Amino acid sequence: MEPLPGYSVHEYDVLVVGAGGAGLRAAIAAAEEGARTAVVCKSLLGKAHTVMAEGGIAAALATVDPDDNWRVHFRDTMRGGKLLNDWRMAMIHAQEAPERVLELERWGAVFDRTGDGRILQRPFGGHRYSRLAHVGDRTGLEMIRTLQQRAVALGIDVFMETTVTRVLTDAGRVAGAVAYRRESGELLVFRARAVVLATGGVGKCYKVTSNSWEYTGDGHSLAYWAGADLMDMEFVQFHPTGMVWPPSVRGILVTEGVRGEGGVLLNNQGERFMFNYIPEYYRAETAETPDEADRWYTDKRNNRRPPELLPRDVVARAINSEIKAGRGSPHGGVYLDIATRMGREQILRKLPGMYEQFLRLADVDITREPMEVGPTMHYIMGGVRVDAETAATTVPGLYAAGEVAAGLHGANRLGGNSLSDLLVFGRRAGLFAARYAASLAQVPSISGDEIEEIANEMYAPFQCSDGENPFAIQKELQETMQDLVGIVRTADELQEALRRIQALKERAQRVSVPGNQQYNPGWHLALDLRSLLTVAEAITLSALERKESRGAHTREDYPKEDPEQAKFNLVVRRDSDGQPLLEKVERPELPEDVRKILEEA
Amino acid sequence: MALRTISIYRGDRGGGRFVDFQVDVEEGNVVLDVVLKVQAEQAPDLAVRWNCKAGRCGSCSAEINGHPRLMCMTRMSLFPPDRPVYVAPLKTFPLIKDLVTDVSLNYEIAKTIPPFQPRPPDPDGLYRMSQDDVDRVQEFRRCIECFLCQNVCHVIRDHPENKGRFYGPRWFVRLAELEMHPLDTADRRRLIREMAGVGFCNVTKCCTEVCPEHIKITDNAIIPLKERVVDLYFDPLRWLADRLRGKRADAVGSQ
Repeated sequence: MEPLPGYSVHEYDVLVVGAGGAGLRAAIAAAEEGARTAVVCKSLLGKAHTVMAEGGIAAALATVDPDDNWRVHFRDTMRGGKLLNDWRMAMIHAQEAPERVLELERWGAVFDRTGDGRILQRPFGGHRYSRLAHVGDRTGLEMIRTLQQRAVALGIDVFMETTVTRVLTDAGRVAGAVAYRRESGELLVFRARAVVLATGGVGKCYKVTSNSWEYTGDGHSLAYWAGADLMDMEFVQFHPTGMVWPPSVRGILVTEGVRGEGGVLLNNQGERFMFNYIPEYYRAETAETPDEADRWYTDKRNNRRPPELLPRDVVARAINSEIKAGRGSPHGGVYLDIATRMGREQILRKLPGMYEQFLRLADVDITREPMEVGPTMHYIMGGVRVDAETAATTVPGLYAAGEVAAGLHGANRLGGNSLSDLLVFGRRAGLFAARYAASLAQVPSISGDEIEEIANEMYAPFQCSDGENPFAIQKELQETMQDLVGIVRTADELQEALRRIQALKERAQRVSVPGNQQYNPGWHLALDLRSLLTVAEAITLSALERKESRGAHTREDYPKEDPEQAKFNLVVRRDSDGQPLLEKVERPELPEDVRKILEEA
Repeated sequence: MALRTISIYRGDRGGGRFVDFQVDVEEGNVVLDVVLKVQAEQAPDLAVRWNCKAGRCGSCSAEINGHPRLMCMTRMSLFPPDRPVYVAPLKTFPLIKDLVTDVSLNYEIAKTIPPFQPRPPDPDGLYRMSQDDVDRVQEFRRCIECFLCQNVCHVIRDHPENKGRFYGPRWFVRLAELEMHPLDTADRRRLIREMAGVGFCNVTKCCTEVCPEHIKITDNAIIPLKERVVDLYFDPLRWLADRLRGKRADAVGSQ
């Protein structure tokens, strides 16, 4: 293709979209495989949302609990996901995570150490053993910095502050992508044999979220419009502990590491209420009394886990119920106490970020007083449907890894399994994308007409002078999703949400932005609206279709788990008219040897 | 809620000025909240960088009433309510637009630093390091790359001519972290002296004061690097000759 006037054209074997943990790990794998590789990211390098991951990376290294191994990690992950996980992904993940962590150490990461100098691991929700390799409460920063430095050492090209708006295909195969530079508004065209989506999640569909502005579901939407499948979109994780006060920090994450280090949840009566919310499914492995729970931290063989370390869906619902029953804290949360559980010095050492965050933003000294916390939208288990081994989507040449991909976490993700997911499947996506790119005899072609059409759509908000403010539309969408597609759902509310999303889709066609193309956030958001609305619709449609309560998906009108509905995953794909189409995809039977692992005590 | 005035620098390479906005400020608001409120309701094309809003990503650095800070960790209640709060871009970096500056030089410097080169692992394939031995390295790795230290460093801020021969505090922290890593085997001392120009630092500690992560940049990173470089360039024969001529060892920079 001739470069069109005003567009620059860049050619690569593998184009990675996103520079968080999954994107960087994919780029490293692709480059090491010999592919000409580029990374495109919306922010500056090293600022991706992975830096907000605090607690740690789950991997059965068995440095603290010698009884740990991949089989237990696999079992914990499947049980946490209410068996709706892709079991092959869960198995690969549990088997490969330890090596991926050790690899980070070889690249310069410095984890907290055990007494004998190995990587220290901390307990976390839903994990039977102390399994999270960590650095205080800033594990994500350590991971992103290590991968960033490795990528720089390999000389990988990085297009910072650049947003991809379309994945291009040629006869059904990936041919490249269209993007724009945020700084100048200039259009970039990538010719790429393979594209890896590693764009993270969708948090900006919701009002109260731990996610940053970048989390607008770009990869989900790019995949959907390129013809790939979105799966499990009804499963949205509300992290049990976000900040609730002051209003402007509502939703900011409070790491599960606080509970991992011994922190407890209390209602306004001072009651450790989680003992009242232990599900039957977890009763056999959960402590019955506070005494037993406290002993567990030092003697895991003879005691059972504290209920504060139940999976996130359970804890988030429990907190929600306490607040609704009038037993909440003054600002609409519950209390999380570490001050009476640990010495000041130790808190400052293990949770320095939390200390700083509460002191500076809420005037709370967590070494002296309890925190106020409540659920915050944190993660989406659903995403692009991929092959377990290769991270390939159903569109040839298109790969997806990390939060944007579905399958590993099923109906609910365990804390710590995200960072390991990024490493394990980021690497696989990059590796198999590189191999696919090398196997292509011909470079797929790109049509100049198509690019011109895309460009016209992209710059339309500048042509429209009396349209709506994109920020107003985003705000209405966030309120809709928060109020109607939140922790507890009903058919009526979900239908109302669909009606509102439909109306917002129409209004989003007529937004206008003042100013020019140079670093113009209003315009950037106008382009992100397409992604936000696409994923909001997919989430709501799927939530309406799953008529049971399972994992992170709770229906007030169908409060029970239904074994029949464990037999399928929900898939959303685009039909020939561009409308979303729902399909129930039957799940394969678990092989006998896998079933055995799940039954191991 | 209280109506307050926030005065934000608006402009680009061609020039600009402070523009006043009236904003309803809620209890607990940080400067970034107010800037984003202006963006959402009054000026959708107001350019600003931010990500985590919790002091962990280092994107939202700015000069607030003249002080370099993270906008997300600066409460509005810090300032007198009856006077405007001035928000300006970092002065040391070239302006792109409004509060967004061109920090790309930092990413270019990062490329010149020889990466981590570990020694072989123990026979079982693992590395063992004691917590005491990694405490200092972990201090350096807390860096969130907000570049506030680069912004306030006099060697950079007041002397554009040093561009190209002085890396600045962030990069001394990075170099110190590599040099003090218990597993690393590479020797970067020549680069530290010749390309990074550690000798230009005159230890005024402005970088340390401004670091939101409380890294003791000068004491724990820069001064030890200066000492290491001296060790490399210290020549015992010359020392002996100087000594015989009656000069003090200090003259060649020995500790």
